Amino acid sequence: MFSKFDVLETIDMIEREHLDIRTVTMGISLLPCVRESAELTARAVYDRVTKKAERLVETADALSAEYGIPIVNKRVSVTPVSLVTAAFPERSALVGKALDRAARELGIDFLGGYSALVHKGTADYEKTFLETIPEVLAETERLCSSVNVGSSRSGINMDAVRQMGEIVLKTARLTANEDGKGCAKLVVFCNAVEDNPFMAGAFHGVGEADTVVNVGVSGPGVVQHALKAVPDADLTDAAETIKRTAFKITRAGQLIAKEAANRLGARFGIVDLSLAPTPARGDSVAHILEELGLEVVGCHGTTAALAMLNDAVKKGGVMASSRVGGLSGAFIPVSEDIGMIESAEAGRIGLDKLEAMTCVCSVGLDMIAIPGDTPASTVSAIIADEAAIGMINNKTTAVRVIPAVGKKVGDQVSFGGLLGRAPVMPVHTGDAGKFIGRGGLIPAPIHSFKN
Amino acid sequence: MRAVVTVTGTDRRGIIAKVSCFLAERNVNIEDISQTILGDKFAMIMMVDTSESKEDLASLSKDCEEMGRAIGMSVRIQHEDIFNAMHNI
Repeated sequence: MFSKFDVLETIDMIEREHLDIRTVTMGISLLPCVRESAELTARAVYDRVTKKAERLVETADALSAEYGIPIVNKRVSVTPVSLVTAAFPERSALVGKALDRAARELGIDFLGGYSALVHKGTADYEKTFLETIPEVLAETERLCSSVNVGSSRSGINMDAVRQMGEIVLKTARLTANEDGKGCAKLVVFCNAVEDNPFMAGAFHGVGEADTVVNVGVSGPGVVQHALKAVPDADLTDAAETIKRTAFKITRAGQLIAKEAANRLGARFGIVDLSLAPTPARGDSVAHILEELGLEVVGCHGTTAALAMLNDAVKKGGVMASSRVGGLSGAFIPVSEDIGMIESAEAGRIGLDKLEAMTCVCSVGLDMIAIPGDTPASTVSAIIADEAAIGMINNKTTAVRVIPAVGKKVGDQVSFGGLLGRAPVMPVHTGDAGKFIGRGGLIPAPIHSFKN
Repeated sequence: MRAVVTVTGTDRRGIIAKVSCFLAERNVNIEDISQTILGDKFAMIMMVDTSESKEDLASLSKDCEEMGRAIGMSVRIQHEDIFNAMHNI
């Protein structure tokens, strides 16, 4: 049984501290949709996705009303499209556009999985598929794309890294009239996970069941509020407070995930424990770090504070859910977190500190605007650095940078909504072109040999 | 099915009367009731049984929200499991 204080605490979390279920994401396998032509495959894909997820939005809305907790996003992830269009890769856009139409029909804001897994090598059909990404992202509205270029087991595919630098730039150019928004829907991963419910990096792994429901919880505001109540606690006690709070948040996610899967006739996949910020005040991961005693996110001490936060969130969450997966940690996207935006605008956090922070939290360099004249080889080098951190540390890392075409350091890009706004941040100008141009595979690290 | 009704806002006369009347009209049975006043903030918590109600929980929830707006309070009805999940191991 629960007490009246428990009830009021939950109400406060929801009404004042932005507690919500960030996303209910249905993963759908597209492998049964492969047909002899691109047209037939695109039709089969559209039919399958709209049928499987037809009750996704209404079910999530009903759950939200019954349990009194907002469910912010309803989304779909699908099998990496490069696998579905392998026989006609140059026509992959047809399937991409069919998925975009399906997302609109379902009333969901994003659908992820215009993806390829090329961490050990790029097949010819995958190379052709990757080349379709910029146009497809420019011509669709809700489709998200991700590419896995490395893993701790296989090393880093530097040919793919080189190609992705060019693809990111081209995507920025083709969507320049929207501040390069196409790049906000494109993630380059190392150690991509197959059950991530968060966009833009969600796809439905080939090892997954046919249809699953994955849930991403949130609640940076709740954690910040809990820490406010213990302003003088030492860091052991602060970590304990974060753990307890993460437990409660995750339990709400677990309840919704199980119930949603049950009602949708899908398998309950995982709960992703990530603390996902939004640009709204009171919903910031950066402000949690500042609550712990940092003057501003980005100062020395930020990496340590983030490491503690990330670990405590995992410990509390793992206890609360029977199936944990996805990225499960703190997200540090610059444009989507008001504390990050303000620190970046004041010039108090830079790419180097952000890179260090990605060593200790989930994901990586996320939603960062860089100058529009950044060379492709530098974008590739940024990707390579992140992939190396992921590969060596056995964790997921990602790069989602937005080259701001025609803009320079200090200018701003703005996407609106959950994607937020960001100042253009400086990148190092030394040339990595020769290194990137070498291509090949960075071999897997020695500690990958575990069999 | 058991649910929790919470009413929060600035204290004033007749809140309990209005909320209980609203629930009675919808065949929702009140099993337990408690209230606290923190400063000028009023918080009432009711354990209710909705199994005799013709309305499902989602529509009761919408009605509660509207009624809350009408009386200038925040009124919610939520499945008890959200509290069980978050506050019990």
